[in-house]
Amino acid sequence: MPLMYYLGLSAFMFTIGILGVLLRRNPLVVFMALELMFNAANLAFVAFAAFHKVLDGEIFVFFVITTAAAEVAIGLALIIAIFRTKHSVDIDQMSELKG
Amino acid sequence: MSLSDLMMVLPIAFTLVWALVLLLIDLWLPRERQGILALLTALGLAVALGLDLAQSGRSGSAFRDMVVLDNFAVFLNALYLISGLIALALGYDYLKRMEMERGEFYALLLFSIAGMMLLTQANHLILVFLALEFLSIPLYVLAGFARPRLESEEAALKYFLLGAFSSAFVLYGIALVFGATANASLTGVIEAVRSGSAEVGFLTAGAVMLLVGFGFKVAAVPFHEWAPDVYQGSPTPVTGFMAVATKAAGFAVLMRIFLNLFPGLATSLTPIFWGIAALTMIVGNLLALAQSNIKRLLAYSSIANAGYLLMAFVPYGNAQVAGQAISSMLFYLLAYGLTTFGAWAVVVALEQAEGRGLTLEDYAGLGPKYPWLGVTMLIFMLSLTGVPLTLGFWGKFFLFRTAVAAGYVDLAIIGLLTSVISAYYYLRIVVIMYMRAGEPRVRRDGWLNLVAIGTAAAVVLLSVVPVQMLELTARAVLHLP
Repeated sequence: MPLMYYLGLSAFMFTIGILGVLLRRNPLVVFMALELMFNAANLAFVAFAAFHKVLDGEIFVFFVITTAAAEVAIGLALIIAIFRTKHSVDIDQMSELKG
Repeated sequence: MSLSDLMMVLPIAFTLVWALVLLLIDLWLPRERQGILALLTALGLAVALGLDLAQSGRSGSAFRDMVVLDNFAVFLNALYLISGLIALALGYDYLKRMEMERGEFYALLLFSIAGMMLLTQANHLILVFLALEFLSIPLYVLAGFARPRLESEEAALKYFLLGAFSSAFVLYGIALVFGATANASLTGVIEAVRSGSAEVGFLTAGAVMLLVGFGFKVAAVPFHEWAPDVYQGSPTPVTGFMAVATKAAGFAVLMRIFLNLFPGLATSLTPIFWGIAALTMIVGNLLALAQSNIKRLLAYSSIANAGYLLMAFVPYGNAQVAGQAISSMLFYLLAYGLTTFGAWAVVVALEQAEGRGLTLEDYAGLGPKYPWLGVTMLIFMLSLTGVPLTLGFWGKFFLFRTAVAAGYVDLAIIGLLTSVISAYYYLRIVVIMYMRAGEPRVRRDGWLNLVAIGTAAAVVLLSVVPVQMLELTARAVLHLP
């Protein structure tokens, strides 16, 4: 299959991710949208690596997966901390900070 | 890997090992003896600073071209390490009285600084991404360090979600640059661009994505929305650290990547940089006018200052002014860092528990009641405004001169006009401090006073020798492969 098919899918996933981050109000769903964006980049890396026959891109993906896991750990911990304090995680209700 | 490779990253390696040692020591220390950890952290940062300064003048690459060392990196590493020391001094008493003295604070601070240094020295796109995450993840935790205070938790979650969002943009940009050149090492990308084998469409798209991602990190308009909330909710010493060190790291990597990788794209990217710089200066300064909370006011001030710094990027494709742009950017970072940290020290001194003591009215009567603190705040506000012959004035002067030399007189005029606007909100604080009667409640602490008076003295003394300082920063050249 030509490179453009993979890149098209990757760009599509990235766009869905952006829309999810901007439009959804539950931090867990926003979180999933963020993962989608990271994986869109991963798909692009693998597609380019196969196209150019250079291994760098595939190795990059391993690093990204590892980093994403570290981010999940921190992100979920923050969400749990906030849930314990206010028993809700709706982003629209997070309005302590304004000016 | 050889010993000479390790020597190139010695300050980073030392900081990392020291952070791990601190985590171990924290296990054995009783809770009331946490002060020892702060002193040990300061010792570690001071040693790392010494190691870093010993490297000045050396240049080269190590680990198969994964990292580079140049005076640019030495200068900025010193800036991050000094920021760490100042943040530590601000936090020493603050953490205790706000009841958030936990040992992780010091290790997280060191991890974040190590990430910044790695980001500045990175010469491979994998390392750029990893270092970016490495500096951000400890900062997400530090932003929420005042747990269980709701503002702090909220700030941490907002910072985390938008930080990860911007990282995704950086990552996608890296993927596109990799796709365009079949190379992920900066040296390889530069060669591919020079030989003309790079796919220009992907390369341009990748450069724009990288610009968006790092635009979030340095809080440039229109990617600034998170900054005021995060700066307001985070513990104040952390906010000061974010406003100075994180911003400097973002600008450092932006400078290294754009100057090296995309000189050929300057014609299409310069208008974007121009627009972002102009918007950031205008919007940052205008929104600052309406603030009544000092932390939010300084947050918008830091956004506005990012706009002035972005001015150094507009002529980045023009080889004649590139050196001048880098040196004036570094000068401005130094001036902005000293002044801002001083202002945050005054904020820490007046802040009370539960987020009280942070409105502008709380500063009424500060000048007559506490002459020293009042005078230092006066110096910082004058320097941030850019009143002639202060350090901030010289910083802006050199940046505007660079913009004019590159033919962007319009940008320099926007910078000048927005500086005049900024005088309103900076000097309003001075007026409140000296003209209104009030009973300010100030926390007296030796380290805090040292930071406030030390930075004020540095701001005054350095403003006497601006040309020598510029020559110093001009020596901090970027390594061009």
